[in-house]
Amino acid sequence: MRYESPATVKDAVALLAKEKGKAFVLAGGTDLLVKMKAGMLEPDLVVDIKRIKGMRDIRKSASGFSIGAGTPCAALSENAALVKAWPGVVEASSLIGSKQVQGRCTMAGNLCNASPAADSVPALVAAGAKVVIAGPKGKRKLAVEDVPSGVGRTVLKKGEFIESVELPKKDARGGDAYLRFIPRTEMDIAVVSAGVNLTLDAKGVITKARVTLGAVAPTVLLVGDAAKAIIGTKLDDAAKKKLAAACSAACKPIDDKRGTVEFRTEVAGVLARRAAEIAYARAGGK
Amino acid sequence: MSAVLVSTTINGDTVEFACQPDETLLDVLRNRLGLTGAKEGCGTGDCGACSVIIDGRLVCSCLVLGAEMDGKSLETIEGMAEGEKLHPLQRQFIDHAALQCGICTPGFLIAAQALLRKNPDPSEEEIRFGLAGNLCRCTGYDKIVRAVQAAAKEMRGA
Repeated sequence: MRYESPATVKDAVALLAKEKGKAFVLAGGTDLLVKMKAGMLEPDLVVDIKRIKGMRDIRKSASGFSIGAGTPCAALSENAALVKAWPGVVEASSLIGSKQVQGRCTMAGNLCNASPAADSVPALVAAGAKVVIAGPKGKRKLAVEDVPSGVGRTVLKKGEFIESVELPKKDARGGDAYLRFIPRTEMDIAVVSAGVNLTLDAKGVITKARVTLGAVAPTVLLVGDAAKAIIGTKLDDAAKKKLAAACSAACKPIDDKRGTVEFRTEVAGVLARRAAEIAYARAGGK
Repeated sequence: MSAVLVSTTINGDTVEFACQPDETLLDVLRNRLGLTGAKEGCGTGDCGACSVIIDGRLVCSCLVLGAEMDGKSLETIEGMAEGEKLHPLQRQFIDHAALQCGICTPGFLIAAQALLRKNPDPSEEEIRFGLAGNLCRCTGYDKIVRAVQAAAKEMRGA
């Protein structure tokens, strides 16, 4: 195995594109090194992207936030502006692993690892986040939900890697939230999770909504029917009931040691309802 | 595999080493540099026995490549005491009998140090969440929490 730590995006793309063997991108390494140790992956080349300028920066602009792909999740909760704008995204990212893992793990890595239970992904999709992908043909932007193509698989092509995660500017009357179910209080993998991002009008009526579910299908679900169920309402009980039903209906989960199909289907609705209540309050709704 | 040459700072001293590209920082510390305070428990980032601080961030050294360390600043358990003078956390761990076999202790001390730097007056709950990435199979954790509380109090007063 070779280790390279290029100084530019161009050099990183060239290294990844030219490699004839198996090449992997190293951001936080909290998935890559575990898989290497377990013998699941045997890289010929590892490209550490963290020495590239800007790769560990959180930049705020008029259009929102641009978060370098090497930024550890611990840095997100230390950024007051980001916490204020996207508390759901920050909370979701802060749930990944322990403090030690937080010091290394990244949202871009969480997305590229493509686990159905990735905590940051449903929150990012609810927020309408995009990623900037660098590759041999230049840069392209993709919605976060379009990146994973299956369990452990993404649409990234040879030579491509995620350079940054782009969060839009938060709406003036907007709010987001993320909740997951785990059987303990800390350090576990989501059995079910839900992300909600809402925008209200001056009267507290929901004008825009994005509702997402994690760990109930091979990839993250963006549930359009759940959003429809609450748009035009003040999140009254009838709307919440419809939201929960739409979420449960969208689930395509598996049975495993952490939860049954029935449990996941039921809890998806409950979590989406609770996350919507938090997002509604954060958006200024009463 | 050709070796990677790395120049880094460990506990304030400049250290140069050569390692294999797929060698973890934990293996470099233990097998090449004789710094055996960090322990290998699980090797997969779950137990925290290999905790170190890199550029101010608490991490598991089993999930870092030695090759990544060029130009970084590393703190390990070997740098915690000042000569013979123990750090308040170390002394309080002894006074509270917050260890039995001791394998997890260096990791707990480093994680507790990182926690107290960020939050000098943590609640019991904050300590338990802050140390959730460190596993101890002997103490049942209560004595560790008490020791961290006592050290935090002592450090605030000092």
